[in-house]
Amino acid sequence: MIRVTGLSHRIGASTILHDLDLTLPRGKLVALIGPNGAGKSTLLRLIARLEPLQQGRIQIDGLDLATTPSARLALAMAVMGQQARIASRLRVGELVGFGRWPHHHGRPRAADHQAVDQALDAFGLTPLRHRFLDEISGGQAQRAHLAMTFAQGTDWLLLDEPLNNLDMAHARALMARLADLVRGSGRSVVTVIHEVNYAAAWADHVVAMKDGRIVAEGAPATVLTEPVLSALYDTPIEVARHDGRPLVLHHHRHDDLDAPCPGPATETRLALH
Amino acid sequence: MARSARPLIAALLALLAAVSLVWMVQGIGGGNRSFILQLRGTKLAGLVLVGAAVGTATVLFQTVAANRVLTPSIMGFDALYVLLQTALVAGLGMAGFAGLPAGAKFLAEVAAMSVLSAALFGTLLGRGARDIPRTILTGVILGVLFRSLSTFLARVMDPNAFAVVQSVSVASFGSIDAALLPMAGLIMAACLGVAMRLSARLDVLALGRDAALSLGLPFDRLVLATLGLVGMLVAVSTALVGPVAFFGLLVAGLAHRLSPSSRHEVLLPVAGLIGALFLVAGQTLFERLMGQTGTLSVVVEFAGGLFFLFLLLKGRIR
Repeated sequence: MIRVTGLSHRIGASTILHDLDLTLPRGKLVALIGPNGAGKSTLLRLIARLEPLQQGRIQIDGLDLATTPSARLALAMAVMGQQARIASRLRVGELVGFGRWPHHHGRPRAADHQAVDQALDAFGLTPLRHRFLDEISGGQAQRAHLAMTFAQGTDWLLLDEPLNNLDMAHARALMARLADLVRGSGRSVVTVIHEVNYAAAWADHVVAMKDGRIVAEGAPATVLTEPVLSALYDTPIEVARHDGRPLVLHHHRHDDLDAPCPGPATETRLALH
Repeated sequence: MARSARPLIAALLALLAAVSLVWMVQGIGGGNRSFILQLRGTKLAGLVLVGAAVGTATVLFQTVAANRVLTPSIMGFDALYVLLQTALVAGLGMAGFAGLPAGAKFLAEVAAMSVLSAALFGTLLGRGARDIPRTILTGVILGVLFRSLSTFLARVMDPNAFAVVQSVSVASFGSIDAALLPMAGLIMAACLGVAMRLSARLDVLALGRDAALSLGLPFDRLVLATLGLVGMLVAVSTALVGPVAFFGLLVAGLAHRLSPSSRHEVLLPVAGLIGALFLVAGQTLFERLMGQTGTLSVVVEFAGGLFFLFLLLKGRIR
């Protein structure tokens, strides 16, 4: 498990994280939710050692972040940050191949090639493996980066807003893929998610953050409730249920519900059905 | 080495050998062959060294900067070289400057330039600043400072001494000091050896900071080591022939275009070979075929400048 104790982080004069204590369970799909500027990404980047630790302590399966060599941590967790442009011109297969670096340090073996093939296959990238990254769509590039993270073969996957560039179909497929990883291969996933319904539909554990503090955490049914979400986002939010899971109706205002639909009502109704 | 790159490297090597052969034996007369061959051999070695140093230094620098438009000279190395020369002439006078032992002066120059890169980037990166754009901006500003200082020194200097300064502060591929070559060769070989050893790690570095850190690469240390190498390589080439601003850009751009792989294991030798080939072929052309009517450094800078504009206009700045 990931254990965070007394974690504070400051950037300049502003405090991003206030003395956080948090335990993220193993073998679960954990979603970090919260409004913009809540500190979700900062927390994830600190756990991923992409930012230097200022105050507090982070342990991953007993490995202390401050004392464990970075190369050893790369065998325990894989991280996908928000995508930056890559200066070198790489093929999809090459990028995914870099995911095996922590295992071979420049001398790939048969097992590494096999892991890359598996990752490409798992993310439907095998037909694209010889294409250059700048010749494929943003969503495909996103999948390539995910496949690289997956190929690293670590127990923990940390993802910073992986749904960013994906359309509905690919977003759902990705969440299903992550859920499979957790349920099928026993991996642990921690992901920052903006769209709470993906958390509602797929997560096992939800951590809600606001202003650098944990507001609520637990199973989706206990965190994704009207009072918690309304307070979290400072706006009234209605929560329904669908297939036994919460369904967050955040896209309209409750008091507009009774207002008539604009345009020919019958056609609109038809289109909705 | 990647198999797909072998034909390219073999072709570049063959071309370089052919051009070098032309350089060595073209128009060699009956009298005093050994003297001519020795003179030409010295020049050839110098050109190959400088071309390879500039090419590899630019590729290394562009990887660290994650930018294909910058060259090490933008960090103010050429300006420091000119300042160094100006200060020496101003401090020692013309006679004193000419009387300096070439070897000691060269070592001092390499040391000064390497110390600059270590000090500049060491302090910038040591404080946990992983901000490459800020580092580069600092370099540009230092370059301006060095240039202003040399302009100031040149203003207060006597006109004859200023003429000496001008002669050393413009790139000249025609006058390479033979005494410097063995030392320059040794330093170069060591730098290239280290760069090749680091090549797999540089591939990971090129993925960007987040990806590299997440794969367990000691990012900051590798950036520092690479910049140190760049500093030494640029120092060697600058001390041998003087500042060349756009040549590296041209060579690195071609290397990236021609190389079948973006692995540094391939890129570095390709860039080194292209740089050497460029200089030897260019010097042969200008010295032999055109009878010294042109100056290679001017043409190289012109072509490099055009390439720079091309990159700017095509929006290739990243």
